[in-house]
Parts: sequence; structure tokens; C-alpha cells
Amino acid sequence: MLSKVTTPQKALSTVKTNDTIMIGGFTLWGCPLNLLQELAKTRVRGLTAISEDTGYANIFFYPKKAVRFLFDNKQISKICVSYIGANPLINELIQKGELDYELIPQGTLAERIRAGGSGIGGFYTKTGVGTIVEEGKEIKVINGQRYLLEMPLRANSSLIKAYMADHMGNAVFKYSALNFNALMAMAADNVILEVEKVVKNGEINPELVQLPGVFVDHVVSF
Amino acid sequence: MESKKIIAKNIALMLKDGDVVNLGVGIPTLVSQYIPEGVTVLLHGENGCLGQNTLISLPPEEMEAWESQNGGGDGDWSLGHRDLINASCEYITLIPGGCCFDSSVAFAMARGGHLDATILGALQVDAEGNLANWTIPGKRLTGMGGAMDLVNGAKKVIIAMEHCSKNNEFKVLTKCSMPLTAIQCVNVIVTELCILECKSGRLIVKAMAPGLKKEELESKTEAKLVFPDIIPEMEISDL
Repeated sequence: MLSKVTTPQKALSTVKTNDTIMIGGFTLWGCPLNLLQELAKTRVRGLTAISEDTGYANIFFYPKKAVRFLFDNKQISKICVSYIGANPLINELIQKGELDYELIPQGTLAERIRAGGSGIGGFYTKTGVGTIVEEGKEIKVINGQRYLLEMPLRANSSLIKAYMADHMGNAVFKYSALNFNALMAMAADNVILEVEKVVKNGEINPELVQLPGVFVDHVVSF
Repeated sequence: MESKKIIAKNIALMLKDGDVVNLGVGIPTLVSQYIPEGVTVLLHGENGCLGQNTLISLPPEEMEAWESQNGGGDGDWSLGHRDLINASCEYITLIPGGCCFDSSVAFAMARGGHLDATILGALQVDAEGNLANWTIPGKRLTGMGGAMDLVNGAKKVIIAMEHCSKNNEFKVLTKCSMPLTAIQCVNVIVTELCILECKSGRLIVKAMAPGLKKEELESKTEAKLVFPDIIPEMEISDL
């Protein structure tokens, strides 16, 4: 059986200019920061990045860990996020017209990614009814209540992080670092998984696998 | 600060043993300090955990060492771990029986009606129960995060906010003017002056701060209020 464990450089060579990528994590937690730092060294440009937030680039809260190069180098040209927060860098780029953005409610974002990864053609949700999120979307009355049609999200690549994985890509996450990671693994053609620890096949009890290896293409550790 | 404590305490007294509750940032986070003894509330974090116990607060200079000692295979849910945070990105511990899950499950809990209450702050609320709390036009862009999802489906949406803005503008309005978070979602509004129940387009005064006159409350509220014959006093002791 072929091992999915590879080098970060080889794994990231699959990410191309103008791709759409998903980036796992809730701010820095569960975020593949080492992969992002490696991506910042490549010549890939024009990326659309789908993530919960832009915490990975917040130099003010996390100066040592932040990966702002991805924006400084203009590698990311559009973000699709639920939260920007007090991230002055992102606000500045948006104001200058250098960064395109789309805001998506966090639960809708999670579910759109889940739909994209599960072959679901869309779903109706009450989230966003009567707000700016409703604009341009189909509305359906179900059991007397208004719902919005939300479409699935997919990406060319997902960059995600787990605590450990085996050579098949079966992965285990620690506590709240799971967040968007396993969902994003299902919704991309190409999945690069950063882990703290690679173990032999069979070392992870099958019933404790949180992300089956079938969703993972490359496993890298730093 | 006193008014924030009054708000937090009065909300805490509404919670029952075993309630599953999501607390937003700001005044809502104070609520956990006032939960009466013998009442266990399961705190929900939309980042994927249920059963928050304590916050781990360390001086910034000790943080890095703590993170390296409590990461990977070391540290755990009862002591703290560098991968265990709440939705405000604070390190936490869990109660015995707490659990972790992915973001789609976290929001299924909210939209699917599995939360007894969502408690969150507001910029404006109106008589129809509409809520505006995610953006101020012209100010820095932040994003709605999970707010729009969390107020859709929770059994009770409780607003924790000061009665008027810092510039003494009305916040309890006839009609919200700022961009909405959700429509007709608010059940209860708790301010330092009163507790309002939002029912069929009417705001009913359920309690008032001790000594506060009806006229005074009306002068600080744009929306029309309904005053029942008997109005209990809000709890303001032991803050």
C-alpha cells in the first residue's frame, strides 16, 4: 500500500495559481500554519481562500505565528470567511481594493462545505433570512417559515491540520482543533494534511479515526 | 461596570440546571460568574466544544511555555490543552462529561433547536424582535461570525445590553436602523434598567430596577412598552 506521507514542497506543488483553496482552523487553532508558511515561499498567486476567519494573518495578536506574507505577496486575492474581526491588515487591503471578500455566516459556511464534500446540491436554512445574506438567493417557505437556498462549496485544494495521522491519512484531532478541518478535507479535489505526528498504519484504533484517510491525499509533518 | 454586572446576574438567574447555553462575547461572558450554586449550565462554544469549565489565564510571558507543555499528547481536557479553546479564543478546561465536535455539528446544535438559550449582545433591538448586532455601517468590517446562525433555532434568545448607547441613543427601538442579524428572533431583553419580554410584536416589562419610575424607563426607550399591573424588581444584590 502506497504511503501518503510526503514532503511539504511536493505536497504544495499541487497548488496552482488562481486555485480556490480551503484553509482549516478557527483563528490559529487547528490552522495549518506551517503549510501556510511554506505556501508563502512559492510563486502561486491569485488564490481564493475559504476559511472560517483570517486569524492566520493577524500580526497584531500573534506576531510570531502569523502568516501575513500570503497577503503581502498578493498570493491571496479573495477571501470567503465568516469573521475578519479586528484584523487591520485585511481591512486595509479591502479598503484599498486589493482584496476581494465574501462574508458567509459561520454555520452556513460549515454546512456549505459539508454539502460540497457530500454530494449534496444545496440546502435551505433560516440563517440570514431578512438580512443582507438573503440578497440574490432563492427563498422557499417550508412549514410556514422562510428559508434561503445555500449552495455547496468546493475547492481545488484544502490545507488542513490534525494532531496525528497514519500513512493512509486516517487522522485524529485534539479537542477544539477539529473545527473546520475534517469538513474541508471532504470538499476539495486535493487535500494536504499537516500533522504533529505520523504513526504506522494500525496504530490508530479504527473506531477513533475522526477523518478517514480516503479524504486525504498528502500527509506532511514539519 | 455596575450595570453590566446587574445584567449578567439577572440573566444567570433565568438559567436552569442542565441548560445548554451559548454565551456571546462582551456582557454575556460575565453571566457564567453569576450562575447560582447547584445549577450546572453546559456552555456551548461554536468552535466545537460543550461543557466549558474554567478559563486558563496566564501572564503573556508564561503563555509560550504553557503551550509547549500542554500540547500534542500532553495536557488534557481537565487541565487545559493548547488545542482546547472557547469561541473567544481563550484557553479553557472542560467539565467531566464535556465533549468536542466539528463546526457543522456545533451549528446543528444551534439551528436544530438543541440550545436552551443563546445569550448575546446587541447594538439595536426592536419591538418585533429584530436584532442588529454584527456591523456598524462605516466602521471597520468584522463579519458576522456565528451570530446569524446562533439566533436561529435556539429555544430562547436573550439579549444582554446596556439600555442606551454611550452617546445616550436609544437601543430599544420601534424599528432597527442598522443591518440586521436576524428577524423576529429575540425573546428576552435584559438591560440594567429592565427585563423585557418580546411577544407578538409587543415589549412587556417583566421586571424593573429598584426605584426606577415608569416614566423614566419610557423616556429612555423609543419602542412602546407594555406595563403589567405588578412588576417585580430586578435583582441587584451580591454583584
